[in-house]
Formats: sequence, structure tokens, C-alpha cells
Amino acid sequence: MGYSPEIANVVDQNKKIHPHKFTLWVGIASIMMMFAGLTSAFLVKREQPGWTNFQVPVAFWYSTTVILISSLTMQLSLKSFRERSMIKYKKLIGVTACLGLVFMLLQFVGFRHLWINGMVLKGSGAAQFLYIIAGLHALHVLGGVIALLTLFVRSGNARIKSYNAVPVEVVSTYWHFVDILWIYLFIFFLWVQ
Amino acid sequence: MSNELTIHGESVVSHDVHIEHDVHHHHQSFITKYVFSQDHKMICKQFLITGIIWAIIGGLMSVVFRLQLGYPDSTFPWLEDILGKWAKGGKLTPEAYYALVTMHGTILVFFVLTGGLSGTFANFLIPLQIGARDMASPFLNMLSYWFFWMASVVMISSLFIETGPASGGWTVYPPLSALGDANLGSMSGMDFWIVGMALFVISALLGGLNYITTILNMRTKGMSMTRLPLTIWALLFTAILGVLSFPVLLSGLILLFFDRHFGTSFYLSDIFITSTQMALPNEGGSPVLFQHLFWFLGHPEVYIIILPAMGLVSEVMAINSRKPIFGYMAMVGSLFAITILAFLVWAHHMFVTGLNPFLGSVFVLLTLLIAVPSAIKVFNWLTTLWRGDLQFTPGMLFAIGFVSIFISGGLTGIFIGNSTLDIHLHDTYFMIAHFHLVMGVAAFFGMFCGVYHWFPKMFGRYMNNTMAYIHFWVTLAGAYLIFWPMHYEGLAGMPRRYMDYSGWSSFRQFGALNQFITDVAMVVFAVQLMFVFNFFYSIFKGRRVTSTNPWRANTLEWTTPIRPGHGNWPGEIPEVHRWAYDYGKDERDFIPQTEPLGSNEQHH
Repeated sequence: MGYSPEIANVVDQNKKIHPHKFTLWVGIASIMMMFAGLTSAFLVKREQPGWTNFQVPVAFWYSTTVILISSLTMQLSLKSFRERSMIKYKKLIGVTACLGLVFMLLQFVGFRHLWINGMVLKGSGAAQFLYIIAGLHALHVLGGVIALLTLFVRSGNARIKSYNAVPVEVVSTYWHFVDILWIYLFIFFLWVQ
Repeated sequence: MSNELTIHGESVVSHDVHIEHDVHHHHQSFITKYVFSQDHKMICKQFLITGIIWAIIGGLMSVVFRLQLGYPDSTFPWLEDILGKWAKGGKLTPEAYYALVTMHGTILVFFVLTGGLSGTFANFLIPLQIGARDMASPFLNMLSYWFFWMASVVMISSLFIETGPASGGWTVYPPLSALGDANLGSMSGMDFWIVGMALFVISALLGGLNYITTILNMRTKGMSMTRLPLTIWALLFTAILGVLSFPVLLSGLILLFFDRHFGTSFYLSDIFITSTQMALPNEGGSPVLFQHLFWFLGHPEVYIIILPAMGLVSEVMAINSRKPIFGYMAMVGSLFAITILAFLVWAHHMFVTGLNPFLGSVFVLLTLLIAVPSAIKVFNWLTTLWRGDLQFTPGMLFAIGFVSIFISGGLTGIFIGNSTLDIHLHDTYFMIAHFHLVMGVAAFFGMFCGVYHWFPKMFGRYMNNTMAYIHFWVTLAGAYLIFWPMHYEGLAGMPRRYMDYSGWSSFRQFGALNQFITDVAMVVFAVQLMFVFNFFYSIFKGRRVTSTNPWRANTLEWTTPIRPGHGNWPGEIPEVHRWAYDYGKDERDFIPQTEPLGSNEQHH
């Protein structure tokens, strides 16, 4: 099977967003509610006695930089897919996935730093929230990495020639979302200190 | 058309799968047809039958604890045969009683009236009524059922563990739910509960994503939003509520899990446990925080339960009154208003937690505002019935019964929505009566209405009418006989969650009344078993459907073959030219949505 121009025409005619992309946007709304719930819980809990704060570890600045760069490589790989430069696309997808893994590693380094400095799960304060909130965020990044690796493996299969940009666009939107979500969380943690 | 687009889009992605438009031609194995099916109609049946099994389990639990409440001094040796150590000497232990009420609540609220109700009808009606071949993502839809199934397995397993299932109430408030040492049900039963609910939330989210996307993206040509049947509007708002509120419950449960196992103090503070004679080190946690997170889902949840029922009832009522639904846009607008208000009233469950009285008054105002859209809907149902050519099919009877029960249960909501009255009425039988009528029985009536009405489309056969009429009248009378007296008990101050009231001189007087309630509950439960028999019997032996449109209805599902295959329409998807409610118009009994406008008609 090959490229079917009527799909593009249909999309133009109906001016409708592809259902898979729309599903992703609704899913993003849902994930946002989850983190909104957690950060609101943080704000409520902060008023209680016995609250302790932590210094944002340096590793988080590095991880923020890494995830920002990964958004850039994701965007570039989508661009090369659209331009049909498949080798470049494949490389950039791989790089993005690796940057995702590096991001998770750096988050872990940050966690370890806090843990060594006595911010263990036993207790009551900002660090306990951080482990859970940033941990759940990292799980969402992991989901993105798995999606990227799937695209990577699929692009290596010579039997399958894919001309459909929708899966790449869906993964790319999701990847930018987890990036922006982390920026929000990072600013939140800096701001509440 | 965007329907074709999905199927094309799918085939471009997965090249080895050959997808035809009339898929029922090609061979399907037992596994792909009945087990891991991606056909929305089969997934609907999976949800429905799983829901029925859950309803039997959950209903039976209520019969068992009602036996205890009605006959607190008697022993039932057969109970020991079934429950073993949980009913030593034929009498429920307190732990067993708590476990039964907790699991009864959990099962009915989540597994029957959420999974079983919107899972069934959203899956069945959305593609059929909007004119789509299937959901936006049939695969996610299949996953949604199988997560529901896994959640069911985990929840069922919790009934069989040594220390019993969760028993701190279906709202699982900490500290009881956060401390394993607090009582038997707080041990591994509580972990099973959390894991089961997490799986359930995933199922609800996957389903909800699909429902919203399908409704907004996959409507057939001509099916504008204002031509949608009200069922679809209701299911759309239900899905939006679920997608935005279930994740917050998940957040709350994750924090609870960490409090249980990793020593965090989100919900725990200054606690001394008598059973272990230990003071806990936890400090600074707030159990009220859990209540906020829980009720931020918990309140929308009651609308997740009732909105689909409202949609089903509106549709069945218009068809069987042979009249257009009265006030279509007002119906849509009130569904929308309920959806918005659903997110703004959660603290009315917390009036007695020490909530700031000023904040309480804001929540009173917002809560009472819900009476406005609810009253609009009731008015519109009554005016739809008014001077209609009423066809008393079983579905129609349950639709009318729904309105009756919804009014009776809704009126008491105005009492307890006032924080001042709630100080007296909270945690009494008045509450139990209120929410059982307004969201329990009413939602069941909506579900029965839907099952009787769409059974011919689901299985190509009718259910037995005689059994259906017995089912309706006994259930209607039974619902009032069970829950009406509870209002009096509650006004007298009788608290809930006690297994024996005979030690109280103020409540001993209700002994005979409790016995009466229990007797009726057993009869009503037996009649529900008759419904289940009717359901399964009719699948195989019911009267065959011989015409494609047995109820003379306008909506698209009745333009499909009697037993539609995967893809729903053998040929092209029909085009829609009008709204769904042209009944009794221009001297004609009904005008299907597919019929083009006449020269004398105006565009809807």
C-alpha cells in the first residue's frame, strides 16, 4: 500500500483533526488533571505543621536542559520525516529517545542527592511530594521513550514503507507535552521554595 | 469521510493487516470475535455481562447485610457454610459486616453503574447513532475492557484473602485505609482495593478518550452536533467528566499507597494505635486532603452514573411518546450545566469536616444551583409525556419510573445540600435513602430502560415482556418500600454503618421497620435474578426480531441490518438530513434521520 492522496483531501475538506491526534489531546487534558491534583495537594499540605523544604538539586537544571534539547531534536526529526530524509529522521528519533533516557537518569541523580541529604520518604514535606510528582512525570517520559523506540524500530524495517506522518506527529506532540509538563513542575518547585 | 479515514489511516500504519470495509465477510476466530474483539458491539456485550455478574455479587452482599440489620438476633447457619469464619455460628462478624458494606458500595458505584452502564451504552450507541463504523481507536477500546476485566479480577480476589477485603467504607478515608494495623480490612484487602481501582481508572480513561474523540470526529455526513440524539450528548458529557476527574482520584490513591507502605505522611498525623499500643511518628498529614482529592472525583462520579441514564431515558421516552423530545436545546444546556457544576460542589460531602463555614455557604449555593438544570430536565420529560401517544413497552415503563425515582431522590438533595441541615442529617439513614434513590435506583432504572429497548439491536431477539412487566412493577414498588422508610429513620437520627441498633433505646423502635425493609429487599433481589434469567434466556430463545426498526425510531442504529457485522452498515454509511426527534410531524408517525428534508420543511 502506498500514499493515498484522498486522505489528505478528506482532511482538507472536513477541516477536522485526525482522530488519533484528537485522542492524544484529550489524553493530555487528563494527564494535566492528574498533575493539577498533585500540585494542589502540595499547596494545601504546605500549610500543615511539620512541613519541610528542600533545595532544588543542580541535576534538575541539567535535566531541564536535556529535555529542552530533546524537544528540539524531536521537532527536527519530524521535519526530516516530512521531507522524506529517512536516515536523518531515524538518527534524530534515536537521539531523542537517548536524551529521554539521559533525562530520566539525571532525575534519578537529583533524587539520590536529596536522599543522601536526609530527604527520605519517611517524613512530611516537599521532598516526599517531589519523589512522587517527578517520579510520575518520569514514568510518562518513559512512555514517550517507548513510543520513540517503536518508531525507531519500525523505521529500520525495510519491509514496511511508511508515508503516514500521523504516528510521528502524535509522538512528537506527546513529547513536547512531557517537556512542557516538566518545565511547569520545575518552575512550580522553584517557586514554592 | 473521516470514518473511511480511520480505516485507511489504520491500514497505512499496519500493513500486514488487511482491513475490508465490510469486515464481516472475512474469517474471524473465536478469540478475535468473542474474546479480544475490537468490534464495539462485542465490547459492549462484554461490559454488560461483566456488569451483570458484578451486580449479582454486589446485590447479594446487600441482601446478606440486610439480613443482619433486619434480624439482628437471629442466626443463619447457612451463612457460615458460605462465609466460613466471617459468619461464625451463622452470625456476621463486625469485620464481615463492614467489608460487605464497603464492597457493596465499591462494586455498585464503580463496577456496575460506571463500567457496566456507560461502558455498555457508550460502546454500543456512539458508533451506531452517530454513523461510524467503529470507535476512533478500536484497539484502545478493547484495552479499556480488558483493564476493566483485570480490575474486576483484582477486586474479586480481594474477597478471598485471609484478612478479607477493604472494609473502611467505599470512600476509603484515611487514617483507617492508610494504616495496615488499624483493622483487618486495612491490611492487604486495602492494597487490592487500591490496585483494582487504579486499573479501573485506566480503563475508564481509555474508554473516555475514545468516546469523546469518536463523538467529535467521526460523525457521518450531515450529523451536526445539534442533530445528535440526546443519548450521545449525555455520553459525551459523561466521558468528559470521567476523563477530567478520574486522574485526580488516581493521584489521591497514589499518595495513599505511599502512606501505607513507604512512611510518608500525606494523610497521617499524631496517631496512636490501640491494637499495637504504638504512637506513630507521622506528623503534618491531613486526612481532609484525601477527602478533597477523593470527592473531586467522587462528586463528578455521581453524574458519571446518572447522565447516561438521563440520555437513555430521554431517547426512549421520545420514541415511545411518539412525540419530539420537549426542549432539545434546554436538555443539552442542562446536561452542560450539570457537567460544569459537577466540578464545583465536591465540598458538600465535607460540611462536617471542619470546613470553613463561609466556604461551606459557597458550596451550598453551588449545590442548590444543580436543582435548576435537574428541574429543567424533569419538566421536559413530563412535557414530552404530556398528551403523547404512550407506548408502554418495558423500556418506556422504566423510563417513566426513572423520572419518578429521580424526583423523589432529588428532592431530598435540597435538604442535605444545606450545610445547616446536613449537620443533623449527615451519616444517617436519610443520606442512604437519598443517594440510593437518586443515583442508585434511578441509574438502574435508566440501565434497565436501555437494556430492554436496545436488546433487540444487541442480540436480534426480544426479551420476554411478561417477566419484564413483573420486573418493573416489583422493582418500582420495592424501591420505594425499601428506601422511603429510611428517610424517617434518618430524620430520627439513626446513624449508618452500625450492624445492630437494638442496644439503643432511641432506635430500637425501628426493629420491625428494619425487618420489613429486609424482607422487601429480598423480594426485589429475587426479581432482579428473574431479570438476569430473562436476559440470558432471551439471548438464545427470545422472540426473533423480524424488522430492522421494531420501535419505529428515527436514529441511525435502526438503519443497520438486524444483526449488523463489524462495520455496522454493509454499504455506505447513511447520510443524515434532520434531527432525531421528528415524531408525529406533518401527519407522519416518524421520519428517520436519513430522510431528506421535504420542500415544506425548514433546516434544523
